[in-house]
Amino acid sequence: MKELLPEETIISSELFREQMVMMVKSEHILKVCEIAKNDPELAFDFLSFVAGVDRYPSTPRFEIVYQLYSIKKNHRFRIKCRLEEPTEGLPRIDSVVAVWPTADWHERETAEMFGIVFNNHPDPRKLLLPDHWKVYPLRKDFPLEGSETETPDLPQ
Amino acid sequence: MGIENHLNNTVHVTNLEWFVNWARKSSMWPLGFGLACCALEMIATFVSRYDLSRFGMEVARPSPRHADLMIVSGTASKKMIPAVRRIYEQMAEPKWVIAMGACACTGGIYKNYAVVQGIDRHLPVDVYIPGCPPRPEALLDGILQLHAKVMKEQSIRRPRLTNVKAV
Repeated sequence: MKELLPEETIISSELFREQMVMMVKSEHILKVCEIAKNDPELAFDFLSFVAGVDRYPSTPRFEIVYQLYSIKKNHRFRIKCRLEEPTEGLPRIDSVVAVWPTADWHERETAEMFGIVFNNHPDPRKLLLPDHWKVYPLRKDFPLEGSETETPDLPQ
Repeated sequence: MGIENHLNNTVHVTNLEWFVNWARKSSMWPLGFGLACCALEMIATFVSRYDLSRFGMEVARPSPRHADLMIVSGTASKKMIPAVRRIYEQMAEPKWVIAMGACACTGGIYKNYAVVQGIDRHLPVDVYIPGCPPRPEALLDGILQLHAKVMKEQSIRRPRLTNVKAV
Protein backbone atom coordinates (compact mmCIF):
# COMPACT_ATOMS: atom_id res chain seq x y z
CA MET A 1 0.00 0.00 0.00
CA LYS A 2 1.59 3.21 -1.06
CA GLU A 3 1.06 6.34 0.88
CA LEU A 4 -0.18 9.05 -1.33
CA LEU A 5 -1.02 12.66 -0.55
CA PRO A 6 -3.12 14.38 -3.10
CA GLU A 7 -2.71 18.10 -2.59
CA GLU A 8 -5.28 20.78 -3.33
CA THR A 9 -7.12 18.55 -5.74
CA ILE A 10 -10.81 18.67 -6.29
CA ILE A 11 -11.90 15.25 -5.21
CA SER A 12 -15.37 13.99 -4.95
CA SER A 13 -14.58 10.78 -3.10
CA GLU A 14 -11.70 8.60 -2.11
CA LEU A 15 -11.71 4.87 -1.65
CA PHE A 16 -9.16 2.64 0.01
CA ARG A 17 -8.72 -1.00 -0.83
CA GLU A 18 -5.58 -3.00 -1.57
CA GLN A 19 -4.95 -0.37 -4.21
CA MET A 20 -5.54 3.32 -4.17
CA VAL A 21 -8.51 4.42 -6.18
CA MET A 22 -9.75 7.94 -6.41
CA MET A 23 -13.05 9.07 -7.80
CA VAL A 24 -13.02 12.48 -9.42
CA LYS A 25 -15.62 14.67 -11.03
CA SER A 26 -15.26 14.46 -14.76
CA GLU A 27 -14.92 18.23 -15.25
CA HIS A 28 -11.68 18.29 -13.26
CA ILE A 29 -9.97 15.30 -14.75
CA LEU A 30 -7.42 17.29 -16.71
CA LYS A 31 -6.29 19.29 -13.73
CA VAL A 32 -6.06 16.21 -11.55
CA CYS A 33 -3.95 14.44 -14.13
CA GLU A 34 -1.64 17.39 -14.49
CA ILE A 35 -1.07 17.46 -10.76
CA ALA A 36 -0.55 13.73 -10.67
CA LYS A 37 2.16 14.00 -13.27
CA ASN A 38 3.91 17.20 -12.25
CA ASP A 39 3.90 16.98 -8.49
CA PRO A 40 7.39 15.83 -7.38
CA GLU A 41 6.09 13.49 -4.73
CA LEU A 42 3.48 11.84 -6.91
CA ALA A 43 5.42 11.85 -10.20
CA PHE A 44 3.06 9.64 -12.17
CA ASP A 45 4.75 9.75 -15.51
CA PHE A 46 3.40 6.48 -16.87
CA LEU A 47 -0.21 6.02 -17.90
CA SER A 48 -0.90 2.29 -18.06
CA PHE A 49 -4.28 2.52 -19.66
CA VAL A 50 -7.44 4.50 -20.12
CA ALA A 51 -10.48 2.26 -20.04
CA GLY A 52 -14.22 2.71 -20.17
CA VAL A 53 -16.90 0.91 -18.21
CA ASP A 54 -20.57 0.75 -19.10
CA ARG A 55 -22.65 0.36 -15.96
CA TYR A 56 -25.84 0.17 -17.92
CA PRO A 57 -28.71 -0.04 -15.46
CA SER A 58 -26.95 2.21 -12.94
CA THR A 59 -26.53 5.91 -13.43
CA PRO A 60 -24.24 7.65 -14.15
CA ARG A 61 -23.83 5.24 -16.97
CA PHE A 62 -20.20 5.43 -18.01
CA GLU A 63 -17.02 5.38 -16.00
CA ILE A 64 -13.55 6.14 -17.28
CA VAL A 65 -10.63 4.59 -15.46
CA TYR A 66 -7.06 5.90 -15.63
CA GLN A 67 -4.40 3.58 -14.26
CA LEU A 68 -1.23 5.47 -13.37
CA TYR A 69 2.20 4.26 -12.42
CA SER A 70 5.27 6.13 -11.29
CA ILE A 71 8.50 4.83 -12.67
CA LYS A 72 10.66 6.81 -10.28
CA LYS A 73 8.74 6.11 -7.10
CA ASN A 74 7.31 2.70 -8.03
CA HIS A 75 3.78 3.28 -6.87
CA ARG A 76 0.46 2.88 -8.64
CA PHE A 77 -2.73 4.80 -8.59
CA ARG A 78 -6.12 4.68 -10.21
CA ILE A 79 -8.39 7.56 -11.07
CA LYS A 80 -12.01 6.99 -11.97
CA CYS A 81 -14.59 9.43 -13.12
CA ARG A 82 -18.24 8.87 -13.85
CA LEU A 83 -20.03 10.20 -16.88
CA GLU A 84 -23.74 10.59 -17.32
CA GLU A 85 -25.33 9.83 -20.61
CA PRO A 86 -26.86 13.07 -21.83
CA THR A 87 -30.37 13.10 -23.25
CA GLU A 88 -29.08 13.72 -26.72
CA GLY A 89 -25.60 13.49 -28.07
CA LEU A 90 -22.70 11.60 -26.59
CA PRO A 91 -21.03 12.00 -23.20
CA ARG A 92 -18.02 14.27 -23.28
CA ILE A 93 -14.87 14.41 -21.21
CA ASP A 94 -11.55 16.16 -21.53
CA SER A 95 -8.73 14.32 -23.17
CA VAL A 96 -5.53 13.82 -21.20
CA VAL A 97 -3.31 13.60 -24.26
CA ALA A 98 -1.67 16.86 -23.27
CA VAL A 99 -0.47 15.21 -20.06
CA TRP A 100 0.45 11.73 -21.32
CA PRO A 101 0.74 11.32 -25.09
CA THR A 102 0.10 7.59 -24.77
CA ALA A 103 -3.52 8.35 -23.98
CA ASP A 104 -4.04 9.06 -27.67
CA TRP A 105 -4.77 5.48 -28.77
CA HIS A 106 -6.37 4.44 -25.51
CA GLU A 107 -8.87 7.24 -25.81
CA ARG A 108 -9.52 6.52 -29.45
CA GLU A 109 -10.40 2.94 -28.60
CA THR A 110 -12.58 3.93 -25.65
CA ALA A 111 -14.33 6.52 -27.80
CA GLU A 112 -15.18 4.16 -30.61
CA MET A 113 -16.23 1.28 -28.37
CA PHE A 114 -18.44 3.21 -25.94
CA GLY A 115 -19.38 6.32 -27.82
CA ILE A 116 -17.66 8.83 -25.56
CA VAL A 117 -16.27 12.02 -27.04
CA PHE A 118 -12.91 13.25 -25.78
CA ASN A 119 -12.57 17.02 -26.08
CA ASN A 120 -9.40 18.37 -27.66
CA HIS A 121 -8.28 14.98 -28.84
CA PRO A 122 -5.66 15.48 -31.56
CA ASP A 123 -6.76 12.59 -33.77
CA PRO A 124 -10.34 11.49 -33.13
CA ARG A 125 -10.54 8.73 -35.72
CA LYS A 126 -11.66 5.17 -35.21
CA LEU A 127 -8.84 2.91 -34.15
CA LEU A 128 -9.94 -0.69 -34.49
CA LEU A 129 -13.45 -0.79 -35.89
CA PRO A 130 -14.27 -0.45 -39.58
CA ASP A 131 -15.11 3.05 -40.66
CA HIS A 132 -18.54 2.27 -42.01
CA TRP A 133 -19.96 1.11 -38.70
CA LYS A 134 -21.93 3.63 -36.69
CA VAL A 135 -22.50 1.60 -33.54
CA TYR A 136 -20.68 1.27 -30.23
CA PRO A 137 -20.02 -2.42 -29.62
CA LEU A 138 -18.89 -2.50 -25.99
CA ARG A 139 -22.04 -0.95 -24.62
CA LYS A 140 -24.11 -3.34 -22.60
CA ASP A 141 -27.15 -3.03 -24.86
CA PHE A 142 -25.26 -4.15 -27.96
CA PRO A 143 -25.69 -7.80 -28.98
CA LEU A 144 -22.54 -9.86 -29.10
CA GLU A 145 -23.10 -11.22 -32.57
CA GLY A 146 -23.69 -7.83 -34.07
CA SER A 147 -26.30 -7.59 -36.75
CA GLU A 148 -26.41 -7.51 -40.51
CA THR A 149 -27.69 -3.97 -40.56
CA GLU A 150 -25.50 -2.43 -37.92
CA THR A 151 -22.25 -4.34 -38.35
CA PRO A 152 -22.25 -5.43 -41.96
CA ASP A 153 -19.32 -7.20 -43.52
CA LEU A 154 -18.90 -4.73 -46.31
CA PRO A 155 -19.84 -1.10 -46.68
CA GLN A 156 -23.07 -0.79 -48.57
CA MET B 1 0.45 -48.45 -76.05
CA GLY B 2 0.89 -48.65 -79.71
CA ILE B 3 2.36 -45.41 -80.79
CA GLU B 4 4.66 -45.05 -77.82
CA ASN B 5 6.36 -48.34 -78.51
CA HIS B 6 6.74 -47.32 -82.07
CA LEU B 7 8.50 -44.12 -81.06
CA ASN B 8 10.70 -45.98 -78.55
CA ASN B 9 8.99 -44.52 -75.51
CA THR B 10 10.26 -41.04 -76.20
CA VAL B 11 6.85 -39.52 -76.59
CA HIS B 12 4.17 -39.60 -73.95
CA VAL B 13 0.70 -39.61 -75.36
CA THR B 14 -2.06 -38.46 -73.16
CA ASN B 15 -5.32 -36.70 -72.99
CA LEU B 16 -4.72 -32.95 -73.27
CA GLU B 17 -7.14 -32.13 -70.52
CA TRP B 18 -5.50 -34.59 -68.17
CA PHE B 19 -2.16 -33.11 -69.06
CA VAL B 20 -3.22 -29.57 -68.41
CA ASN B 21 -4.78 -30.54 -65.09
CA TRP B 22 -1.69 -32.43 -64.11
CA ALA B 23 0.49 -29.45 -64.91
CA ARG B 24 -1.74 -27.15 -62.92
CA LYS B 25 -1.81 -29.29 -59.84
CA SER B 26 1.87 -30.09 -59.87
CA SER B 27 3.06 -26.52 -59.79
CA MET B 28 0.41 -24.67 -57.92
CA TRP B 29 1.98 -21.64 -56.33
CA PRO B 30 0.39 -20.70 -53.05
CA LEU B 31 -0.29 -17.21 -51.88
CA GLY B 32 0.01 -17.82 -48.21
CA PHE B 33 -2.59 -15.48 -46.87
CA GLY B 34 -1.69 -16.01 -43.27
CA LEU B 35 -3.84 -13.98 -40.97
CA ALA B 36 -3.54 -15.57 -37.53
CA CYS B 37 -2.42 -18.72 -35.75
CA CYS B 38 -3.11 -21.00 -38.72
CA ALA B 39 -0.39 -19.13 -40.55
CA LEU B 40 2.14 -20.68 -38.20
CA GLU B 41 0.87 -24.13 -39.03
CA MET B 42 1.10 -23.26 -42.70
CA ILE B 43 4.69 -22.19 -42.18
CA ALA B 44 5.31 -25.46 -40.36
CA THR B 45 4.01 -27.25 -43.43
CA PHE B 46 6.44 -25.36 -45.62
CA VAL B 47 9.55 -26.28 -43.68
CA SER B 48 11.46 -29.44 -44.15
CA ARG B 49 9.62 -31.74 -41.79
CA TYR B 50 6.29 -31.68 -43.60
CA ASP B 51 7.80 -30.46 -46.78
CA LEU B 52 5.41 -28.71 -49.10
CA SER B 53 7.86 -28.29 -51.95
CA ARG B 54 7.44 -31.93 -52.90
CA PHE B 55 4.11 -30.79 -54.31
CA GLY B 56 5.72 -28.04 -56.29
CA MET B 57 4.59 -25.42 -53.83
CA GLU B 58 7.78 -24.14 -52.30
CA VAL B 59 7.49 -20.79 -54.03
CA ALA B 60 4.96 -19.06 -51.85
CA ARG B 61 4.57 -15.88 -53.78
CA PRO B 62 3.85 -12.74 -51.81
CA SER B 63 2.23 -11.13 -54.79
CA PRO B 64 -1.23 -12.34 -55.78
CA ARG B 65 -0.50 -11.77 -59.43
CA HIS B 66 1.99 -14.61 -59.39
CA ALA B 67 -0.02 -17.05 -57.32
CA ASP B 68 -2.63 -19.70 -58.10
CA LEU B 69 -3.77 -20.89 -54.72
CA MET B 70 -4.90 -18.67 -51.88
CA ILE B 71 -4.67 -20.42 -48.53
CA VAL B 72 -6.76 -18.29 -46.20
CA SER B 73 -5.37 -19.28 -42.84
CA GLY B 74 -6.63 -17.52 -39.78
CA THR B 75 -9.40 -15.33 -38.53
CA ALA B 76 -10.78 -12.94 -41.11
CA SER B 77 -12.15 -9.85 -39.43
CA LYS B 78 -14.80 -7.77 -41.12
CA LYS B 79 -12.39 -4.90 -41.47
CA MET B 80 -10.08 -7.11 -43.52
CA ILE B 81 -12.67 -8.20 -46.08
CA PRO B 82 -12.14 -5.43 -48.66
CA ALA B 83 -8.44 -6.24 -48.71
CA VAL B 84 -9.10 -9.98 -49.02
CA ARG B 85 -11.48 -9.40 -51.92
CA ARG B 86 -9.07 -7.12 -53.69
CA ILE B 87 -6.24 -9.62 -53.39
CA TYR B 88 -8.46 -12.43 -54.62
CA GLU B 89 -9.49 -10.38 -57.63
CA GLN B 90 -5.88 -9.66 -58.46
CA MET B 91 -5.09 -13.33 -58.85
CA ALA B 92 -5.16 -14.61 -62.40
CA GLU B 93 -7.35 -17.47 -63.52
CA PRO B 94 -7.19 -20.38 -62.79
CA LYS B 95 -7.25 -19.85 -59.07
CA TRP B 96 -8.33 -21.88 -56.10
CA VAL B 97 -9.01 -21.06 -52.47
CA ILE B 98 -8.40 -23.22 -49.42
CA ALA B 99 -10.09 -22.20 -46.19
CA MET B 100 -7.71 -23.41 -43.51
CA GLY B 101 -8.75 -23.58 -39.92
CA ALA B 102 -12.01 -23.18 -38.11
CA CYS B 103 -12.04 -19.39 -38.29
CA ALA B 104 -11.77 -19.30 -42.06
CA CYS B 105 -14.32 -22.07 -42.51
CA THR B 106 -17.10 -20.80 -40.29
CA GLY B 107 -15.80 -18.12 -37.98
CA GLY B 108 -14.40 -20.57 -35.44
CA ILE B 109 -14.97 -19.85 -31.80
CA TYR B 110 -15.50 -16.18 -32.56
CA LYS B 111 -19.21 -15.70 -33.02
CA ASN B 112 -19.23 -11.94 -32.55
CA TYR B 113 -19.63 -8.67 -34.32
CA ALA B 114 -16.11 -8.37 -35.59
CA VAL B 115 -15.36 -11.72 -37.23
CA VAL B 116 -16.69 -12.84 -40.60
CA GLN B 117 -18.51 -16.10 -40.02
CA GLY B 118 -16.65 -17.96 -42.71
CA ILE B 119 -14.84 -16.41 -45.64
CA ASP B 120 -17.05 -18.39 -47.98
CA ARG B 121 -19.40 -15.47 -47.58
CA HIS B 122 -17.05 -13.51 -49.81
CA LEU B 123 -14.81 -15.95 -51.67
CA PRO B 124 -15.56 -19.19 -53.48
CA VAL B 125 -13.81 -21.85 -51.42
CA ASP B 126 -12.70 -25.15 -52.92
CA VAL B 127 -11.45 -27.07 -49.90
CA TYR B 128 -12.28 -26.56 -46.25
CA ILE B 129 -9.78 -27.77 -43.67
CA PRO B 130 -11.23 -27.78 -40.16
CA GLY B 131 -9.09 -27.68 -37.08
CA CYS B 132 -7.88 -25.16 -34.60
CA PRO B 133 -5.24 -25.10 -35.91
CA PRO B 134 -5.19 -28.02 -38.32
CA ARG B 135 -2.05 -30.05 -38.09
CA PRO B 136 0.36 -29.86 -41.03
CA GLU B 137 -0.76 -33.32 -42.03
CA ALA B 138 -4.31 -32.02 -42.21
CA LEU B 139 -3.22 -29.19 -44.46
CA LEU B 140 -1.39 -31.66 -46.67
CA ASP B 141 -4.48 -33.82 -46.82
CA GLY B 142 -6.51 -30.80 -47.85
CA ILE B 143 -3.99 -29.97 -50.55
CA LEU B 144 -4.15 -33.52 -51.86
CA GLN B 145 -7.92 -33.27 -51.99
CA LEU B 146 -7.53 -30.07 -53.94
CA HIS B 147 -5.22 -31.88 -56.33
CA ALA B 148 -7.84 -34.56 -56.81
CA LYS B 149 -10.40 -31.87 -57.48
CA VAL B 150 -8.16 -30.17 -60.02
CA MET B 151 -7.55 -33.45 -61.85
CA LYS B 152 -11.27 -33.89 -62.30
CA GLU B 153 -11.80 -30.40 -63.67
CA GLN B 154 -12.87 -29.79 -67.20
CA SER B 155 -10.16 -27.33 -67.98
CA ILE B 156 -10.32 -27.60 -71.75
CA ARG B 157 -13.87 -27.32 -72.73
CA ARG B 158 -14.85 -28.09 -76.24
CA PRO B 159 -15.50 -24.72 -77.77
CA ARG B 160 -18.97 -24.44 -79.08
CA LEU B 161 -18.69 -22.20 -82.05
CA THR B 162 -22.15 -21.08 -82.91
CA ASN B 163 -21.50 -18.24 -85.32
CA VAL B 164 -18.63 -19.38 -87.44
CA LYS B 165 -18.78 -18.50 -91.05
CA ALA B 166 -17.64 -21.05 -93.46
CA VAL B 167 -14.43 -20.05 -95.14
